[in-house]
Amino acid sequence: MAINKRVGSVEEALAGVSDGAVVMISGFGGAGFPNTLIRALRDRALKGLTLIVNSATHRLSFTHELIDGGMVQKVICSAARGRDKDLSPFEKLWKEGKIELVCLPQGTLAEAIRAGGAGIPAFFTPVGVGTDLTKGKEVRVFNGREHVLEHALTADLAMIRADTADRYGNLTFRYAQANFGTAMATAAKVAVAEVRVINDEPTPHDKVQLPGIYVDRVIVAPEIKP
Amino acid sequence: MKLNRSQMVWRAAQDIGDGWLVNLGIGLPVAVADHIPQGIDVFFHSENGVVGVGPLASGNAADTDLVDAGSRTITLRAGASIVDSAWSFSMIRGGHIDVTILGAFEVAANGDLANWDMKIPNKGPLVGGAMDLAAAAKSVWIVMEHNTRSGGSRIVKQCTLPLTAQRCVKRIYTDLAVMEIGPEGVIVHEIVDGLSREELQKRTGAPLTFAPGCKTINAPALAEVAG
Repeated sequence: MAINKRVGSVEEALAGVSDGAVVMISGFGGAGFPNTLIRALRDRALKGLTLIVNSATHRLSFTHELIDGGMVQKVICSAARGRDKDLSPFEKLWKEGKIELVCLPQGTLAEAIRAGGAGIPAFFTPVGVGTDLTKGKEVRVFNGREHVLEHALTADLAMIRADTADRYGNLTFRYAQANFGTAMATAAKVAVAEVRVINDEPTPHDKVQLPGIYVDRVIVAPEIKP
Repeated sequence: MKLNRSQMVWRAAQDIGDGWLVNLGIGLPVAVADHIPQGIDVFFHSENGVVGVGPLASGNAADTDLVDAGSRTITLRAGASIVDSAWSFSMIRGGHIDVTILGAFEVAANGDLANWDMKIPNKGPLVGGAMDLAAAAKSVWIVMEHNTRSGGSRIVKQCTLPLTAQRCVKRIYTDLAVMEIGPEGVIVHEIVDGLSREELQKRTGAPLTFAPGCKTINAPALAEVAG
């Protein structure tokens, strides 16, 4: 059957996701937040999710709605501090001991996701040696310098935002929209992209920024920017 | 006598080399970009993958898909490119950033840096790319006020706040002095006009040595930057 990754509803886009799923969510600084998919996931009212996301508290992402809704048991991220004086939904639950946090240096987070999609189960990095974030982790010396062992991250579902798709799932991104999304799509069993437009014509090969082989479902969704 | 914040970032900008790839930290360091000397052509890197950050975008030009690591809407310079996060941090760890200029809460005499977590009660941790940059840029320079608001020294014998990276800082630009971290500790290269070496030492929480050519900082009058 001719490949066609386009789906017409968010229900189809998120089909199969269940309690306890590990979910990656793209986005950085206002670019690439899949807010339509995040809202659709929230409406599924699941329990015990683990989120892998750069920021647990970014004001332009709806990630906090999943957390506030009590659906999340663990967050793996590089930023977990709200902007406001009042506690963010994440900080409130974290303080109450109701949510687990793994804080990683941003580049270690990105590389762990990349490794997860690239068949590398763990890697040594010089980043974080001798800091609170690598306590208890194995250290080895390479080229006279200490490095810490970090493990790859994989997920059941990746939700990402891109600019365009074609029926084959090939994606393009606007400006800094790709950020974590490309690696996340490679590291998840099911990768879903919400996009501005799905073109009828195949994307020219030299414009494709993420090959469609990594993308399972694409859905058109106007970008929600809070 | 003291440099204002514009003069501090101006002074750091004078030491940037032609053709460098430069990463500027959130807050005061990003203002370094406003003071690059004429004839010096550099690319600014941002952790979210922008290689070639241009001036800030405003009005209709502001586009939230085009932001820097501080979520500020930006423009691109000629020759710019954009990669994803994994590639951007490969660029950092791979030693392709010539210098990163960061803020700091504390710098120790051995170059240890604490700039990521003030341990604010109840607030969650926020590390972002601080550790990656501090551990892996070719050179780490710090721009910060010499003293805290209560008069304590930000340059210390040993950091008390959580470390960002060990033995990484090469230079420190403060409102009082330009310093280098050498094998034996803090070496002063320049000092503001009217401040004695003894007074600088009194305001500094680690022993200072003075470079043979130690001189007065010669900064132009500049309006104070905000923030």
